[in-house]
Amino acid sequence: MVIKVVGKGCMTCENMYQAMKSVIEKHKLEAELVYVKDLKDIAKLGIMRTPALIVDNKVKASGRGLNAEEIEAILGL
Amino acid sequence: MFTFISDWFFRMTWLYDGIAWLVEDIFGLSLDSRLGNSLHFFIYDIIKLSLLLIVLVFLVAYIQSYFPPEKSQKTLGKYKGIKGNTLGAGLGVLTPFCSCSSIPLFIGFTKAGLPLGITFSFLIASPLIDLASVILLAGIFGGQIAIAYVLSGAILAIIAGTIIENLHVEDQIASFIYERGIEAMDYDIVLTQKDRFIIAKNEVKVVYRRVWKWIIIGIGMGALIHNWIPTSLLHAVLGKDNPLAVIIAIVVGIPMYANIFGMLPVAEALLAQGIGLGTVLALMMSVTVLSLPSMLLLKEVVKPKLLMIFVSMVSIGVLIIGYLFNTIEYLF
Repeated sequence: MVIKVVGKGCMTCENMYQAMKSVIEKHKLEAELVYVKDLKDIAKLGIMRTPALIVDNKVKASGRGLNAEEIEAILGL
Repeated sequence: MFTFISDWFFRMTWLYDGIAWLVEDIFGLSLDSRLGNSLHFFIYDIIKLSLLLIVLVFLVAYIQSYFPPEKSQKTLGKYKGIKGNTLGAGLGVLTPFCSCSSIPLFIGFTKAGLPLGITFSFLIASPLIDLASVILLAGIFGGQIAIAYVLSGAILAIIAGTIIENLHVEDQIASFIYERGIEAMDYDIVLTQKDRFIIAKNEVKVVYRRVWKWIIIGIGMGALIHNWIPTSLLHAVLGKDNPLAVIIAIVVGIPMYANIFGMLPVAEALLAQGIGLGTVLALMMSVTVLSLPSMLLLKEVVKPKLLMIFVSMVSIGVLIIGYLFNTIEYLF
């Protein structure tokens, strides 16, 4: 599983990245976590609102910061 | 009925009276005195604008969660020409957007192959006439002024977009936008009612954090205009007899990065002092669309020539709107 947190490094994005990290540790997920920060890379992904969460090339959330519980719900954990 | 809603919700007459009591009976300051009047204006406006911001931003964010930019982009892809520009301007009103997120949106639209003109119609209309500001303008200044503001803003967005389209300046876009990346990604977002509430609640927090400084500065300026700056001086600079008034209003607006909530006390105070409607509209538009911070962001994705075209066209448009409304103000 490849998980991407997309954001320009604002507070909300940072919080979501940390939340994602904690979810991976808590559930011992075998996931590669990537933090996409560069504007050009964000453009390549076609994301229009940050922060966004991408799981295996599927956009699961865009334009809202998620906390750990919300991430768990989205991942079905 | 409308008057009742307007008085109770937008003007908050109950709050006005409450603060008047506070200032007169508790602080012992007469409302006729400068200090008492300024204090009243300050407390009343801070509470009023905060309440309005919370309620309106929440409502609008909730409605907007049904119109994500991904959807707008798809809809816009089906239209061309002036129809597309009109729709672009219309969707700009509904799509959640502030100048800080203009860049990802701009990139997304351009990559999706939308005509440049339609993207610009959207980009101009979006911050200029967002839903919350329309409701706010209607509530405080009345329906006619709100309609005048919306119509002139929309026409500006449509015409400017059409002109940009016909200038064929596609080479003026930063080349990295056209780099091929991963092909269109799947959107797999399902929002429940609860999600939409959370989104709306978070939006209120984010907007409040961003604009509270500007609200306080705006109210401070409003209080200054109301009570401390001599009316004669104000009229010499921004009054109807100064042919440069609209230009001054636009130039003053550029370095400011407020949204409509911060500008409202200033606009209210200026209108109350008899400054022309067109001059006040020009100032509000300049602050929301031509502000320096959003120009700096746009500079990351378009080359200087296109940026200049954009700035000069919007400036000319706002200039025309300003002088037009100063001339036809007697109709309102």
